[in-house]
Amino acid sequence: MAEAHTQAVAGSRWSGGVAPYAIGSKKLGMWLFIISDALTFSALILAYSYVRVASPDWPTPFPFFPAIVYATVMTFFLLSSSLTMVMAVAAAHRRDHRRAVQWLLATMAGGAGFVLLHLREWLHLIHEGVRPFSNPWGAPLFGGTFFGLTGMHMLHVTVGVIYLGVIAWGFGRKRFSSEDVEVSGLYWHFVDLVWMFLFPLVYLLSIKMP
Amino acid sequence: MSAPSSYEQAAGSRLYVWVWVWLLALTGVEVFLGYEHLPLNLMLTLLMGISVIKAALIVAYFMHLRFERLSLFLTLVPALVLCICLILIFFFPDSLRLHELRPQ
Repeated sequence: MAEAHTQAVAGSRWSGGVAPYAIGSKKLGMWLFIISDALTFSALILAYSYVRVASPDWPTPFPFFPAIVYATVMTFFLLSSSLTMVMAVAAAHRRDHRRAVQWLLATMAGGAGFVLLHLREWLHLIHEGVRPFSNPWGAPLFGGTFFGLTGMHMLHVTVGVIYLGVIAWGFGRKRFSSEDVEVSGLYWHFVDLVWMFLFPLVYLLSIKMP
Repeated sequence: MSAPSSYEQAAGSRLYVWVWVWLLALTGVEVFLGYEHLPLNLMLTLLMGISVIKAALIVAYFMHLRFERLSLFLTLVPALVLCICLILIFFFPDSLRLHELRPQ
């Protein structure tokens, strides 16, 4: 529909007046969701920075192995899954259904790898005695901010893997359009983008120096 | 709807692979910086600066915003900049000031 609008007005002097962004409503909706979700994550990071600045004994417990190595590998997984997502969208626009589904499955594998590694990291910290309101090292709220920030992000990755699974299933059966694949890609890249801030703020600023 | 033709022009998977390589390289630089004994303000500035560059690369190329209409760019980017300012409010002015005040 938006395409028809755009084409109808393309030649007139009012071009852009009907569809000022020249994108479909689903894509615009996803962009608006991303803006509001970015605000949610900003608020969580704001809370983390406030608590951290206000606590004199903020713990820096992450050793090179496993924490930093794991977090770096997780970053690699997410960045690579963004690349395969771009390939999936390109294949979908070429109407290459089989290839698009394959790339989508690769993207889901990257996301699942991320979540599994991160859960291992969580279990490791819980085993060491970190709880939301207490930990063996210092400022009690360290656990709360860590689990809150990374948990919210992990929830987004998990939901993203399920979302991509639904899209792959529907696109493989030609029920969804290539625009649906593109919109799911926007969501996936945003989840990747958030991690680009969480990785230095949560992990790299809390390295246990040798 | 973004015309598939513009997607094809912009695409060329080589471009995306290059963006991916840059993102990985910048991540490597960040991990390296994490182990340098730098003053807090310099460390924060470098890490956040690199993160903003990475975010801009993702938004521009992976999320395709560079190839969308200018009106969409002008609608979305100010909102994202505002979010980044919100993240940095406490880190930059307050954390550095308190850091100086605190006995080492």
